Amino acid sequence: MIITKQRDLDSIVELVSAGSVFIVGCSECATLCETGGEKEVLKMKKDLELRNIEVTGWVILDPACNLQNDKRLFREHKDELDKADRILVLACGNGVQTVAEIFDDIDVIPGTDTLFLGETKRIGDFKKMCNLCGECIVYLFGGFCPISRCPKGMLNGPCGGSVDGKCEVDKDVECVWDLIVKRLMKRDERDKLMRINPPKDWSKSTEMFWRSYR
Amino acid sequence: MSSRSNLEKVLSNGGFAVTAEIGPPKGCDPIKIKEKASFLAGYAHAFNVTDNQTAVVRLSSLGGSVILLGMGLEPVMQMSCRDRNRIALQSDVLGAVSVGVRNMLFVTGDHQCFGNHPGAKGVFDLDSLQLIQVVKSMRDDGVFLSGDRILAGNPDVFIGGAANPFAGPVEFRVDRLEKKINAGVDFIQTQSVFNLDRFNVWMDEVRSRGLDKKVHILAGVTPLKSLKMTERMKFHVPGVDIPDEIYEKMKKTSDPKETGYEIAFDLVNEIKKIRGVHGVHITALFWEEIIPKLVEASGLLPRS
Repeated sequence: MIITKQRDLDSIVELVSAGSVFIVGCSECATLCETGGEKEVLKMKKDLELRNIEVTGWVILDPACNLQNDKRLFREHKDELDKADRILVLACGNGVQTVAEIFDDIDVIPGTDTLFLGETKRIGDFKKMCNLCGECIVYLFGGFCPISRCPKGMLNGPCGGSVDGKCEVDKDVECVWDLIVKRLMKRDERDKLMRINPPKDWSKSTEMFWRSYR
Repeated sequence: MSSRSNLEKVLSNGGFAVTAEIGPPKGCDPIKIKEKASFLAGYAHAFNVTDNQTAVVRLSSLGGSVILLGMGLEPVMQMSCRDRNRIALQSDVLGAVSVGVRNMLFVTGDHQCFGNHPGAKGVFDLDSLQLIQVVKSMRDDGVFLSGDRILAGNPDVFIGGAANPFAGPVEFRVDRLEKKINAGVDFIQTQSVFNLDRFNVWMDEVRSRGLDKKVHILAGVTPLKSLKMTERMKFHVPGVDIPDEIYEKMKKTSDPKETGYEIAFDLVNEIKKIRGVHGVHITALFWEEIIPKLVEASGLLPRS
């Protein structure tokens, strides 16, 4: 899931500045992250109104990254959108841009910061798991991804900085190489650990579009 | 600046400068770059040493610049943002100035997919505008990007940048130059000029905004060596505009080298007449031998 966190209200108010606003939420990741579901959109409406910002309406897109479906849902809110000076989007960076693609004459404001592709450990507690690098190699590492979970992205770790299974960059982060080594040792797969993994093909990570049909 | 480059002196005295490009070799044997440098010596005020251009690995621009310095030639060391982050970029600026480099040219760099290591991770931590701004504040204010003070020697460097009058969106090209000037660039080398009409439109706007008084513009000139090269540049190199008229000339000729030379000669003479252009930058790809003849015949021989 795409993990987002809501920007603080002051910075949103600053971006919205004077004028009226239409709020957009998303039914998927932002709902699960509790940053842009119906509950959060309604709370944002209330908070903005308390700051004397007029909210002309709101919608939860299903999901925001679906261009054609967005257009259909926005049609039902045409009057409210016409009255708005700005659109505030509580969805990931993709959702913000898909909305901005539809409205070219009005400022579209991100109400969240998009962090990473990650796992929900429990509600409100997320862990980065994937960098969208375009070529999955977790099978080489016992099911762990060192690209996304090691701050150096080392393919032949661990570096010399981990202590007691914790990363040198942040003691709250588990050293993924510590996990990889322990799991592969336990499975008696030392050969995988001794393999010198070659430089990664990063061209796969710069794909700008993909068509699944031919 | 305490130790100015020859290029800066020529330009600030109102002279018409000539720079020429020397591409470093694919290997560490210095003989090839020394050969090129020795027959180009005296034919340009300074020599650009490219930084892994088109993302093909070559001897580094720092190494190449040191070799030129050892031969008494003045380098314009190019630096691209593709392969280094802000730490390495700042460090290499210090390193280059410490060994005597006085001119540097900062570009964002060709994408790695065009080179011989398409799987490389492109760094692009800074872009050319940001890097120019960073180097200017290292030089003039003695601070790194972090805000930390430079403790032992600000880099006295004549700051160069690139500009392409022919790329899109056309309506923003002069603005982008202005933005580079605001960031702190001292001199500009343009994309190779073949389409004089479009170059003049760009220069008219540059002059009407007074930008030619704020930065030294060197117009790019590339002698066409063959029809194949003409076609490659016309159809495959993004941001190069070769008019059909020149293409036709290269197609019809029985002596492409001679015709390519004549086209370049005519371009240099036309460029010399354009107000606000302060020099030419000659990039003779795999044809550096033509540069002395072109410079001499155009009356641009630097006085030593």
